[in-house]
Amino acid sequence: MPNTNNSGPRTLYEKIWDAHVVERRDDGTCLVYIDRHLVHEVTSPQAFEALRVAGRKVRRPDLTLAVPDHNLPTTARRDAAGKPIPIADAESAAQLDALTRNAPAFGIRLIGDADAEQGIVHVVGPEQGFSLPGATIVCGDSHTACHGGLGALAFGIGTSEVEHVLATQTLLLKQSKSMEVRVEGDLGPGVSAKDVVLHITGVVGAAGGTGYVIEYTGSAIRDLSIEGRLTISNMAIEHGARAGLVAPDETTFAYVKGRPYAPKGADWDKAVAWWQSLASDPGATYDKVVVINAADIQPTVTWGTSPEDTVAIGGVVPSPDSFADESKRQAAAKSLDYMGLTPGQRMVDVEVQNIFIGSCTNSRIEDLRAAAEVLRGRHKAANVKWAIVVPGSGLVKAQAEAEGLHTVFIEAGLEWREPGCSACLGMNPDKVPAGERCASTSNRNFVGRQGPGARTHLVSPAMAAAAAVTGRLTDVRELMR
Amino acid sequence: MTPINHVAGRAIPFGRKNVDTDVIIPAQYLKTITREGLGRGAFETIRREPGNIFDTPEFAGAPILLAGDNFGCGSSREHAAWALLDLGLICVIAPSFSDIFSGNAFKNGILTVVLPQDAVDRLMEVAQSHPIDVDLESQTVTTPFQDRFTFEIDAFRKHCLLEGLDEVGLTLAQGDIIAAHEGRLRADLPFLASANA
Repeated sequence: MPNTNNSGPRTLYEKIWDAHVVERRDDGTCLVYIDRHLVHEVTSPQAFEALRVAGRKVRRPDLTLAVPDHNLPTTARRDAAGKPIPIADAESAAQLDALTRNAPAFGIRLIGDADAEQGIVHVVGPEQGFSLPGATIVCGDSHTACHGGLGALAFGIGTSEVEHVLATQTLLLKQSKSMEVRVEGDLGPGVSAKDVVLHITGVVGAAGGTGYVIEYTGSAIRDLSIEGRLTISNMAIEHGARAGLVAPDETTFAYVKGRPYAPKGADWDKAVAWWQSLASDPGATYDKVVVINAADIQPTVTWGTSPEDTVAIGGVVPSPDSFADESKRQAAAKSLDYMGLTPGQRMVDVEVQNIFIGSCTNSRIEDLRAAAEVLRGRHKAANVKWAIVVPGSGLVKAQAEAEGLHTVFIEAGLEWREPGCSACLGMNPDKVPAGERCASTSNRNFVGRQGPGARTHLVSPAMAAAAAVTGRLTDVRELMR
Repeated sequence: MTPINHVAGRAIPFGRKNVDTDVIIPAQYLKTITREGLGRGAFETIRREPGNIFDTPEFAGAPILLAGDNFGCGSSREHAAWALLDLGLICVIAPSFSDIFSGNAFKNGILTVVLPQDAVDRLMEVAQSHPIDVDLESQTVTTPFQDRFTFEIDAFRKHCLLEGLDEVGLTLAQGDIIAAHEGRLRADLPFLASANA
């Protein structure tokens, strides 16, 4: 391997890093090769513009895939005659139009809004086999860590870096520190990957992973499906880590095999052999280790405006005074004011008016199955005014419809939508009204994230479904059959 | 990128601490598709105040901004650097900057100068009525009153700014070692070296 700086037993992260270093400089900065680049409409227009102005080309259009997702409406995109319905917001339309023009102009494949495979980039990449174990994967989006669930080194980048990757297929980076988050034991009934990652975020803290790349290990992680692992690594950035990854194993290989971009024939065997060699060596050390007992993880919800503000569903809204740190006390008081909650209030007494099931965290087929399982034969509560289910891609949508899940959602009074980022960040028309609450399967509960004044409670798909049924945050285990 | 060495002219005596990127350019301007024109949204909330420093005629076209601690904190949006450039600002002097902002500024050819608070205070005073002078080659900031402050800057960044080199251009000049890496990939890890559906 070229330019290896890590000697002795190595971690998964160090092995992938070493395999991608093109050049190491004296100050530790490395020129790192990027295997796969996903491009969406929000962070790419200025990068393409800069290339055009400088007369530069895209070095490897074949390693680049463009998919619009943030601005697309999730309502019907074609009228009865099959003609595209214009997008009302002129700026959203301009960003989408720019991607539609830029991708072919630079020789990049575009999976457009009319294509069956369109969806959220972080759902489409793994689904198409474009994202592979052991690969370096970037995208101008902070939730790119998602692809780490396959055992890839994946992270978000800024627009200048998007331009740098387009032009050179490399990035200038310094190696991060490594952290192991080990979750051992069996998850209880009703406890999903989302609860695990919310719990981890509560333990590690929103900035606890800053400067680290995290490897999630332990039997509870190994027992997860790829969908579950993608949910975990998706939120690495919510505990501060630029990337999070899970070692590829038989579950990973079975998921990747046969997907459109997956290696085939002799390449497949070569790939599996290399992927098997990537697991952290016995004796490899991490700069920091966090150990969590799976049995301690309950169905989890957030009460504040940082993803670290987590509490088990059976718990209460904490008092700002309960935090040791003065700045956290102030932040908690501000959060509670914004969220309209009072210390000591039981989480199960918090009423919600909106339900969002979707986002790159929780819009894959397993997520929809988990939500449908709770909703089957039930109906949303009267106080729930708006409840939408937004599949992560056209293929997830088709699969869900083949299984009849859409009928379950519609009969329960939820809306079945077209794929996209939707109410996770409300760049399209899907927003939560000011002052109202949303039980949301997304990844960020920041002030105004789902719309100005919107109050977000992050939950798992099953917990969002349970909240839809009762009209308040609910322990899904009470509804399990 | 435009080379930058000598910046002489009026400096906007802003001086505020913890100016985040939402203040520099509010989120609604993120839905643009060009780098140009963001000056219209720059410091929007501050510029709603009558008599604000940014719209004071004598500071029109000033190339330098004087700011407080932690300038550019918050989101990573590169639009903050583009907005400053669109206002004509090519140099910001402050006691400290957020890492991400100073990286974004550098990538766009904006010189960020870190000086101690008392030096910035003195420059704030001078800037009310007189120009100031920033010289990157000698790493000094001077005033018509014989004030002279020296600053530190990363040698690589200094070189790039002086020569007008952008990172993309520098890396493109290393095309041969990138091609060599691609050759090794094709031999060792062919399934990563190409992507075919």
